[in-house]
Amino acid sequence: MWKDAYSKNHPGVQINYQSVGSGAGIKQLTSQTVNFGASDAPMTDEAMKSAPGKILHIPVVAGAVAITYNLPGDPKLKFDPDTLAGIYLGQITKWNDPKIVALNPGVQLPDQAITVVHRSDGSGTTFIFTDYLSVVNQDWATKVGKNTSVNWPTGVGGKGNEGVFGQVKQLPGAIGYVELGYAVENKLPVADLKNKAGKFVTPTPDSVSKAMATATIPDDFRFSMVDAPGDDAYPISGASWVLLYQKQSDAAKGKVLVDFLKWCVTEGQKMSPQLDYAPLPDSVQQRELKLLDTVTF
Amino acid sequence: MTTKPVPASSAGMRERIGSRMADRVFHLLCLAGALTVGVLLVLVLWELIKGSQLSMHKFGWRFFISRTWDPNVDDYGALPFIYGTIVSSIIALLIAVPLSVGTAIYLTDLAPLWLRQPLTSLIEMLAAVPSVIWGLWGIFVLVPLLRKDVYPVLQKSLGFLPFFKGTILGVGLLTAGIIVAIMILPIVASVSREVLRSVPNLQREAAYALGATRWEVTRIAVLSYARRGLFGAAVLGLGRALGETMAVTMVIGNQPSVSPSVFAPADTLASVIANQFPEAAGISLSALFELGLVLLAVTIVINILAQIMIHALTTAETRRVA
Repeated sequence: MWKDAYSKNHPGVQINYQSVGSGAGIKQLTSQTVNFGASDAPMTDEAMKSAPGKILHIPVVAGAVAITYNLPGDPKLKFDPDTLAGIYLGQITKWNDPKIVALNPGVQLPDQAITVVHRSDGSGTTFIFTDYLSVVNQDWATKVGKNTSVNWPTGVGGKGNEGVFGQVKQLPGAIGYVELGYAVENKLPVADLKNKAGKFVTPTPDSVSKAMATATIPDDFRFSMVDAPGDDAYPISGASWVLLYQKQSDAAKGKVLVDFLKWCVTEGQKMSPQLDYAPLPDSVQQRELKLLDTVTF
Repeated sequence: MTTKPVPASSAGMRERIGSRMADRVFHLLCLAGALTVGVLLVLVLWELIKGSQLSMHKFGWRFFISRTWDPNVDDYGALPFIYGTIVSSIIALLIAVPLSVGTAIYLTDLAPLWLRQPLTSLIEMLAAVPSVIWGLWGIFVLVPLLRKDVYPVLQKSLGFLPFFKGTILGVGLLTAGIIVAIMILPIVASVSREVLRSVPNLQREAAYALGATRWEVTRIAVLSYARRGLFGAAVLGLGRALGETMAVTMVIGNQPSVSPSVFAPADTLASVIANQFPEAAGISLSALFELGLVLLAVTIVINILAQIMIHALTTAETRRVA
């Protein structure tokens, strides 16, 4: 979306973006087959060491991971961290489990088995979701952990956001996690989650912005913003980064790239809510522009 | 028989040498083409072996009996995928082989002559449908149908068997087996048809002469004669079933688990490689390479076996009868 808008205003610039998954993107950046990569999970220290140059992380959007489900009547459900972890650990197996009923008084929950749906491929969405579960639930942290692909204790896998949403849509009693954009576009019900401050929050671009505003963001922009402390913060939020080398080998391309990225983090942010992503808060935008200024050619 | 007259002139001599050169070049080109295939196979095998070194050193033989696939602690095991691949392929064979052999019998002996070619073409068209399309059809049509109408009936009537216990999700081993059965039907049917056609008519005529009924002719004279060839056709189908990726990955549930229930979600070698390859690195990539090596080795062995069996029938037997 951004590359088309930028190209319209800056004729002669062609930006090519391919959706291949964070891991492949990082691999190609490290082997310098591409000028920039994108990822939903920050690079690990070892990954950064194995790269031929210093790589900068530029967060460009923040998004929410929404919990969606398939129940008759599409009731609005509320979950809290332990219940969600319990479902995905396979400990809570029925919809009318007392823990779920207690959180949702007034909702007619059927005596039906919960079918857990997760991603079968490696994904940044999985990373954010498992990051959240590891932070809020000790059991999850020790048994499963956080990664782009994990050893799921239970459930079926779907390939891509489409796969998960497809499975959830087809299976009565299913629960799954998808990017907020997908849930909204396909009109799937999304659950409210209890955040760190104790309030139940609906995933929206606004609640994600609030999460980002209250999260601790270090200078190198490698951070996690799950379970942010803000009052109206949505707990399962994560940023997406553009990755590029601080020292650009091709000066002409490098200048255009920096220009494009500066546009993305300022002008481009206005387009984010259209796709249900949260725009970056102003303070973050300013810090990123400063970081982009350090790029040499 | 006519021989080419020996040209007396020198122009004729040049012409003869020229055509011999052309022959030799043609011969070499064809040889190169044939060798390329073999070389490619060896190269692929080599790459797979090279790529699995890390994993082979870390896990050794434990790799084949371990049920864990944990990218977080980098512990990998092949057992659930080997199980899923074998079981879904066996289910596919159990469904496809009787159907294919029946179709082949119909096409060679029972169908009216005007129907044979159109029906054959129709079956071959099944083979032209891309794997992904079967996968999509599987998710949107087959899975809901099975989950709502077929599986509950199956569970009610055969639920005492451990194969039909467990939660019905729609996706799972049996569904994958059914889709793969549809996909291998054309190849098994067409090879079976060839095998049955190669049964000499003398066999059938002899059985009829002895007063056998239609079914007895088919059973005694045709099927028992063609036994080995049909088995070869089935093994060829198995070879195809083992490698089926896209259709399987969409309907099998993608959960590496080993469960006796056919309703349970599972995963196959090809499916997990397709799913996890783009994001894999280091040990997990090496483990996927090793899975690929296992798959390639099994597929090659099975295909060679099938070729031997079919070849043995269609040549040796004709020699015997003549």
